[in-house]
Parts: sequence; C-alpha cells; structure tokens
Amino acid sequence: MIVPAAGRWRSVQCATVIERDEVLHVARLARLALAEDEVEPMARELSAVLDHVAKIGELDLDGVPATSHVVDVTGALRPDEPRPCLPREVALSQAPAVADGGFLVPSPQA
Amino acid sequence: MSDVLSLSAAQAADAIAAGSLSAQELFEAYRARAAADRAAGEEGLNCFTWVAGGDQAGGGGANAPLGGVPLAVKDLFCTEGVPSQSGSRILEGYLPPYTASVVRRLYGAGATLLAKTNQDEFAMGSSNENSAFGAVRNPWDRERVPGGSSGGSAAAVAAGLAPWALGTDTGGSIRQPAALCGIVGLKPTYGSVSRYGMIAFASSLDQAGPITRDVRDAALLLRYMVGHDPCDATSLQFPHEIELPSAARLDGVRLGVPNELSGEGIEAGVLDAFHAALERARELGAEVREVELPHAPHALSAYYVLAPAEASSNLARFDGVRYGLRAENPTDLLDMYTRTRHDGFGPEVKRRIMLGTYALSSGYYDAYYGRAQRVRTKIAEDFRTAFAQVELIVTPTAPSVAFKLGEKTADPLAMYLNDYCTVPMSLAGIPAISIPCGLSQGLPVGLQIAGPAFSENRLLDAAYALEQSIGFDGTPARV
Repeated sequence: MIVPAAGRWRSVQCATVIERDEVLHVARLARLALAEDEVEPMARELSAVLDHVAKIGELDLDGVPATSHVVDVTGALRPDEPRPCLPREVALSQAPAVADGGFLVPSPQA
Repeated sequence: MSDVLSLSAAQAADAIAAGSLSAQELFEAYRARAAADRAAGEEGLNCFTWVAGGDQAGGGGANAPLGGVPLAVKDLFCTEGVPSQSGSRILEGYLPPYTASVVRRLYGAGATLLAKTNQDEFAMGSSNENSAFGAVRNPWDRERVPGGSSGGSAAAVAAGLAPWALGTDTGGSIRQPAALCGIVGLKPTYGSVSRYGMIAFASSLDQAGPITRDVRDAALLLRYMVGHDPCDATSLQFPHEIELPSAARLDGVRLGVPNELSGEGIEAGVLDAFHAALERARELGAEVREVELPHAPHALSAYYVLAPAEASSNLARFDGVRYGLRAENPTDLLDMYTRTRHDGFGPEVKRRIMLGTYALSSGYYDAYYGRAQRVRTKIAEDFRTAFAQVELIVTPTAPSVAFKLGEKTADPLAMYLNDYCTVPMSLAGIPAISIPCGLSQGLPVGLQIAGPAFSENRLLDAAYALEQSIGFDGTPARV
C-alpha cells in the first residue's frame, strides 16, 4: 500500500487491505447502497486491485508534472450569447416523477 | 442477397453511387439479419439492443458520400427517440432528446442507422459479459467472448450482421474486441472526434472510432467522423483530410517493437502471429527495430486509478431524478439515491465507482490520482522519445485470443490485464489501429499499430499494406 510520509511516497511491502468499515464509508461517499453480501467481496476485490495499482508507488516521480488531459486546449469558451435550451416538456419527458413542471423528488428529510 | 452482404461498406457505397445497388435493398438485407439475431435471443450472438424496423429504411441520402450504407452504433451514443442505454439497467428504455454529434455528422454524410449494439455496462469491461442485456458471443466460437466493451459492434461486423459500426475506446474497447473478432478497429487521436452525446465513462480517455471489415472502410468512416464540435471543448479540428489508404509497400518505414508490450504475459500463439506479421513488414520494406517504453508496464495501474476516478464522477448523474431508473418507495432523498444506484448498476460498475471514489477521497487523492497523473506524463514522454526513432510502434493488440465465457468474470484483475497492450496509447492520447494478422488455436489475433497524434493517414497506409500482404480471411466467421 502507498502511504504518504512527510511529502514523499514510500511503498510498503504488505498487501493492501481494505476493511469493511472503509468499504461502507466509501459507499456512503458514492451514494451507493451495498447489500450485506456485497460488502465482503467488494473489500476483497478492491484490495486486490489496489495492490496491483500500488506498483506505481515504486516509481520516482519527484518533479514530474501531472497530466490531466492530453489535449492542449485552454480557455475553450464559446461566445456568451443566449440560445434556446431544451423545451421543458422534452427535458421532463424521461423523468421518473414530475410535478408542477419540475422533477419530483422525495423530501431530503422524511 | 448474399452478394450484397459480401461487399465492404466502401464497395457498397460505390455500387450505390454507380446505380448498380439500391440503398433500400442493402438496408433491408442487413436489417433482416440484424433483426433475426435480436429475435434469436440467447440462441443468436446477442449483438443488438435495438434494430430498426422495416419502415425505417432510408435516412441517409443515396446521393451523400456514404450512400445510405447502414451503420450499427454502440448503445452509449445518444440517438434521438431510439433507446440509448449504455448497457445498463439504470438507463433501461431511456430515449434521448438529442443525437450525438458524431452520429449526426455520419447521418449528414449519408449513413443510415441500422441498429444499436450491445456493450459492457458504461463501457466498463473487456468481454461484454457486463451488459445488463446479456453477454455477446464471438462469431468465431459461440462459447467465447467477443471482447469488450464494444463487443456487440465487433461481433456484428465480424458476423456480417452490419457492414460497419461505431465503437468507443477508453483503454482498448475498440481495438481489443476488433482483435478478438478478426476485424479492424481504430482508436483515433484523442480530441479528433466529438464526445458530445456519448454517455461518458472516463472523459479524458473516451474516444469514438470505426469498427470495420477492412482498413479502407475504417478510413472512409473516420473521414466523416473527425472535426471540431463547439459542443465538446476538447474536440479539435483534424489538421488534414483522412485519405483512403493505397500503400502497397512499407519501404523505409521504421517500425518500433517495445519489449515491454511484446514479451512477458503474451500468449505464445499470439506472439507467433505477431512475429510472422513483423516478418511480413520486413518483406514489404519496413525496418523493424526495438524501442523502449520503460513506463508502459505501469500504464495499467495508472489507468485503473484514472479511469475509475473519472467514472465515479461521471456516473454521479445517475441518481433517479431526471431520467432512468428510480428505486420504489424511497423514504427520503438519500434513500432514493443510494437504492436507485444499488438496483441500477451492475457489479463491475459498482466496483469501479467504489475504486474511483476511494482514489479521490480525502487522504488518498495524492497517493493515487495525483500519482497516476504523473505516471501518465511519463508514458506520454516515453512515446515521444520512441517516435523520435521510429514512425510507428507495433505490438500485439491483446495478450490472448478470445477466451471462454465466464473464464475471467470471477477475477477482476485477470480481466483488466486484457488491456495491457492498449492502455498506454489511451493514456498518451495517440491513435492506434488493430488489424487481424493471423490465427492461433483457430481464433483471430490482432496486430496493433500506433503512431503520434494525428498520424492516422500514415497509420492507415501501413495497416493497409500489411492487410493486403497478410490476406487474412475473415469469411469463416461470416457464414
């Protein structure tokens, strides 16, 4: 597992282990409910993939800039001119529930 | 009727332009075959999630350059009023209000929508077993996978159920299924084809491309796909026209073979076919030499941080509010979100959302995402250095031939290793094509040719010369 240590990275030889609590925490962040029988396999599979991924911890990347995008485009702005948008009835046509010309959702606090 | 089906798409367009073939007859011939595959369900190849009705022939003008030749389109391209579900339960029955820019472009050039093709859910997979609409079968062997994620597109073209198809490639999703099905697949330079209307997986990597029977068809379809689109801020004007390839020789062309992607981990039969293709290249006048891509072995690790991270963000939009599935009787808003996503996403998509969310979460961001982005820089540098020494780089496309259905579903990591040879080019944003170069165990082997950004014409020329020399016979798969 790769762990941050005083601004540098070191690779620890032990296998990555994602615990059950961590899986549930990440699932909450992802707004994803997991059934009870999905939690353990998920922990195991994430651990295996992260273990493989941790190989990049072996590389010396000091001073290497990050690449977020390979295309060298900056400030690709279109003219700020009003344009027609999707008609309301079209935008709502695929919604699971509609009320008063808007998307109907349950209350945030039932 | 069978004569019509044996024509390549380019030949069919020429025949229509010359008046010797009716666009309607061609469309109906393919429509009948595609509809039969769809009707056969599990007994067929399960290539399609939607097939045009008999009254929907036309659309593309017979006078336009593509002459109304039918086109199969991967499910994740939005097509107005036609189901566009990205292989997911969460988008079952979704009818988009608009059509993807690249599909509109192709309509304008005379393509006619034949069908939507099955795929791995949200393009996450290398076997097409992750589709909510069932696995696709390989026309060379029904018990084997067609590759993925554009498996429906590749199987349909290989089986002669469509003249050609659109696919998308994030880490190999055009090239690997093309290799496993014995056809041609091209991932263009990132930014050359608009992503507007493609249901997003990993936006800094996703790119649409042609899946075709031969190299000439790939060039013809690509010609009408490229171009700047104001709706996609990362799209670029392609610097020149895509030409139809004509090279017969490779005299003076330097081909680089990276050891890192053509040795360890590659099946022996695949390597045999690869080396035979290199010998062909030498006979055609090419100079084959070794090049180094020292960071390529780390590409897969970087990719499986970057792609899931972007996916976890992109897939946040599936929340049961505006379209698609909504869980029944939610107690409150959060319950609706979490249960909708639980019910709507399949296991692989859940895994990648979890992986991406973990990699982006507080305390891990720099160790995973930040680091993977720096590996990406090193990989792009490796390619730049290599392309100072050679014009093109060649590797096997996939480490193995088509594997058995179910063989790798229990082990996500084993499945991810299918992308070993294709992911480095994706991270660097450079174009790469896969062409069939022979058989191993009676199954097709793909040869990958990659070049610098916007070198598509050179790539297509080299692929064409090799294709003519190799003379791969894809017919057994199309009977």
